[in-house]
Amino acid sequence: MPVDVRLPTVLRSQAGGQASVPVDGNTIGDVLRTLVGEHPGLKGQVLTNDGALHKFVNVYVNDDDVRYLQSLDTPVKDGDEISILPAVAGGMGATAEG
Amino acid sequence: MAQVSRITLPLMLRLPAEFHLQMLGHCLHGLPDEACGLLAGDPVTGDVTAIYRTRNVADSARYYTVDPREHLRADRDAESHGSSIIGVFHSHTHTDAYPSPTDVSQAPDPSWHYVLVSLRDTHPVVRSYRIAEGRIMEESVVLKPHELTPS
Repeated sequence: MPVDVRLPTVLRSQAGGQASVPVDGNTIGDVLRTLVGEHPGLKGQVLTNDGALHKFVNVYVNDDDVRYLQSLDTPVKDGDEISILPAVAGGMGATAEG
Repeated sequence: MAQVSRITLPLMLRLPAEFHLQMLGHCLHGLPDEACGLLAGDPVTGDVTAIYRTRNVADSARYYTVDPREHLRADRDAESHGSSIIGVFHSHTHTDAYPSPTDVSQAPDPSWHYVLVSLRDTHPVVRSYRIAEGRIMEESVVLKPHELTPS
């Protein structure tokens, strides 16, 4: 059962320039592992070497961040839209000049 | 990440004056914490067409994290208007308007504009940068005047 996965600009070059790709899977984990399998350039950018969700991306099922659902075990169903966006963070840091 | 070639484009952010004011207001309102938001526009010209003032879910004077759900809403809204997210702004409450090591190490996209607002001194200071592969390049910030509606 394919679902559409929206990719952020920074990752599209690793997926043939596509903004959205159809991927099969019954859970977010299935979908992301298949996505990385089909587009090896995404390896290490979406999932860690241990297979966990990379901390520098956020993944959503429709409007919900999967970290607040069941993470990689979050089920997906026909018609769901999966979005991947970079986590946007930073700041002056812990030191006076940091 | 890839797409470093995009930074060969002119180093310029073209920011409507009203967005500049909204950005400063959001940063001042966020004190004593850092404030943050996203910029949408044309990735080729650097024209900003929308500003999204987002929540800093880090709730910190030293760190910021753009609310992920607000990021998703902004991304969809920008796409629905034929544009895309082209950058992020955030405040530094006690340091220069210059990317910190934290900013550089966590910069998500080399094609983005990174706007820093320093609130250290009496008058806010706004500067913009490109950050790619750990390199920091300052760019011009051009304030576009309000467009007058013909009478």
